[in-house]
Amino acid sequence: MELNYGPEYDEFRAEVRHFCETEGKKTQSGAMRMGEHRPSAEAVDWQGKLIEAGYTARTIPKEYGGFGGEPDIVKSLIIQEEFVATSTRAGIQNQGISMLVPTLLEVGTEEQKLKYIKPTINGEMIWAQGYSEPGSGSDLASLKTKAVVDGNNFVINGQKIWTSSAQFADMCFILVRTEPEAPKHHGISYLLMPMDSEGLDVKPLVTMTGEAFFNEMFLTDVTIPITNIVGQRGEGWRVANTTLKYERGMLGNPGMSATGIRGVADLMRDETISGVRAIDMPIYRDRLLKLQGRSLANKYHGLRLLSNEINKEGFGVEALIVKLSATYLAHEIYSLAVDVMGEFGTLYDGSIYQRRKDWMRQYLGSFMGIIGGGTSQIQKNVISERGLGLPREPLVRLDQNGWDFLKKI
Amino acid sequence: MRFGLSDEQKMLGDMLNKYLDTNLTMDVLRQSCDESIHHNQKIWSGLLDQGTHTILIPEEYGGAGLSMLHSEVVSEMLGNHIAPVSYLTNAVLAPLAIQHAATDAQKDKLLPEIVSGKVIYGVGLTDVVANRENSSLEVKAGKVTGTSMFVIGGQHADKLILASPGTFILVDSMAEGVAIEALSTVDKTRDFAVVKLNDTPCEVLGAQGSSTEAIEIVLNAARISIAADSLGAAEAMFKKALAYSRERFQFDRPIGSFQSIKHILAEMVTDLEPCRSLVWYAAYAFDEVEDEVTLLACHSKAHVSEVAKNISRATTELHGGMGFTDLLGLHFWFKRIEVNRQLLGGPELQRHIAAAAQGWAPDAITAA
Repeated sequence: MELNYGPEYDEFRAEVRHFCETEGKKTQSGAMRMGEHRPSAEAVDWQGKLIEAGYTARTIPKEYGGFGGEPDIVKSLIIQEEFVATSTRAGIQNQGISMLVPTLLEVGTEEQKLKYIKPTINGEMIWAQGYSEPGSGSDLASLKTKAVVDGNNFVINGQKIWTSSAQFADMCFILVRTEPEAPKHHGISYLLMPMDSEGLDVKPLVTMTGEAFFNEMFLTDVTIPITNIVGQRGEGWRVANTTLKYERGMLGNPGMSATGIRGVADLMRDETISGVRAIDMPIYRDRLLKLQGRSLANKYHGLRLLSNEINKEGFGVEALIVKLSATYLAHEIYSLAVDVMGEFGTLYDGSIYQRRKDWMRQYLGSFMGIIGGGTSQIQKNVISERGLGLPREPLVRLDQNGWDFLKKI
Repeated sequence: MRFGLSDEQKMLGDMLNKYLDTNLTMDVLRQSCDESIHHNQKIWSGLLDQGTHTILIPEEYGGAGLSMLHSEVVSEMLGNHIAPVSYLTNAVLAPLAIQHAATDAQKDKLLPEIVSGKVIYGVGLTDVVANRENSSLEVKAGKVTGTSMFVIGGQHADKLILASPGTFILVDSMAEGVAIEALSTVDKTRDFAVVKLNDTPCEVLGAQGSSTEAIEIVLNAARISIAADSLGAAEAMFKKALAYSRERFQFDRPIGSFQSIKHILAEMVTDLEPCRSLVWYAAYAFDEVEDEVTLLACHSKAHVSEVAKNISRATTELHGGMGFTDLLGLHFWFKRIEVNRQLLGGPELQRHIAAAAQGWAPDAITAA
């Protein structure tokens, strides 16, 4: 066990700290929630400074608009730690930056990299994700939106759902079926579609939080150049999996629960029930402590995974469990906060009776983590099949005689 | 930066695993349990040969002078094989009580004696954390009178270290006025006893009333070691469940192909792996991060106990009727986990102490 990063990083940490305490003080801190709106002009300006200093888009090559640094996970971590410690505004985070850019770097053409990466990391080009369909959620590879080649163009028809950011995005990375005769995983292509294309109809999809981070998207004869494909025709599933692995990493940040625990502990010290603080009531307190135990286990588990990455020790099942564990934990932390507030916890009107934080919104919103990027049930399949080597369920088909089991285990 | 075990620590675990695989077979384990041999001298001799009992004893007293994380590796492996040996008392609790409470002269005498492997210790701590019987010890002019409950390893010990608020005493189990009453729990891999003392000659470790801090250190070491033991036992149960789900066929399919079974196994491993990270860090903190130790030791014991309980239930259930039989022997692991859960305070008590350590609860019920 060696939890120091080593003296060679002290200088780097001091440099980051200096930047935060000088440049950082000149900008307002303030995190933007995922999928809320386009970054402000000020955010784009700050993003430019961060790229120049090498504190975001750090490893993206210079020719594509990045800083061009060597990949060094410890430096990335130090940047994150110092920004949090000094409450410095972080760089822009969106799915274009976290999902599309890494995908283009891995499988995009030179022309695509030059055209899209720079404006995306600058925060000027916003991307929507066009994956899920009404009939294709957990079984994403069964998607039906199709694209046919017409001269130098793809013509796309179909419907997408859960298209986050579509209401204000410039572009969309979208999965479509281009080879209907091929087996389902081999008939998909990954296309880049301008959101101002004709034939696109975007309707906001209001969730149980009352907000519309997501959309439904209807496509009628949407026409885009055939050069807007990433990878080859029929390779879209493989390309998409390049992106999904980045999304799962994003949804399962194990450090997040510590912030939640601190918040609920603060709430319980303030909130009194008939004159007694919630923290002084053993039943509420024990629930907090139970969640703190799980949160600490996840925190140190995060350090262990980080260490595996730094020391290039590879990942086994211990990395596949993070999303399942962290998202349920978050749900229960917010649930405790609502319970501590009792009747007042159910208020959803922003009134003065709603204490401090918007716990109900977080409680409802925690389903985004549990369901998004593969539901908990899909996670359990992934853990047991890929992590533990257990067999898949046999396939079942419904025909006129009832259920027919196709014995392929 | 490296979070986890060093190559040397991994080797220690592998070596011990190989030794126990070969020597502590199901037959040996069953025989030990049937005959109430709670401290299997043959298995213990192997551990003495490897020097595992001196891990926490400083080099100046002839020990290996290694870390709590080394000891955690051993505790985890002994839990994995549910070894019937008194590692916890002889290699962890007694040496730490002596190191942190005793005078230099006492250390010079007692620590090398433990290294020699000739003395077996029983340790009584329950009365200072979870006193149920109003038991207490009265020490006056080198004599002790009173009762110490749930003394770990008390039945076969040569010497006893017993805690009362602020004080550790050392008693020879053959001394005058000592009555040892065996306690028989569901777990036959370890023994416990009520020790009754009547005007018995004793030696105070250090000065009377000056060991509050030492008691806290020993309790934290116990919490971490018991958590590691349960972690190892839970991991063994999980591996048995996984193996059985591949080899057991029903409806012409391995039961591990049913999602109802796969998902239980996925939940088990999802709970289990972060436990390992937590216990590793708690062991590291024991040596390196003093102000976090009580919080992490209590959370380790509480959280691992909860996870191990679920895993031991699910594993038993997943084996169907066979899981409930004596024949399969799963129950030995189930019972070890259950006794670990209650030992020196169950999860609720541990969480109460963890809350107090953060100023979230009134002072915990401790020796202080």
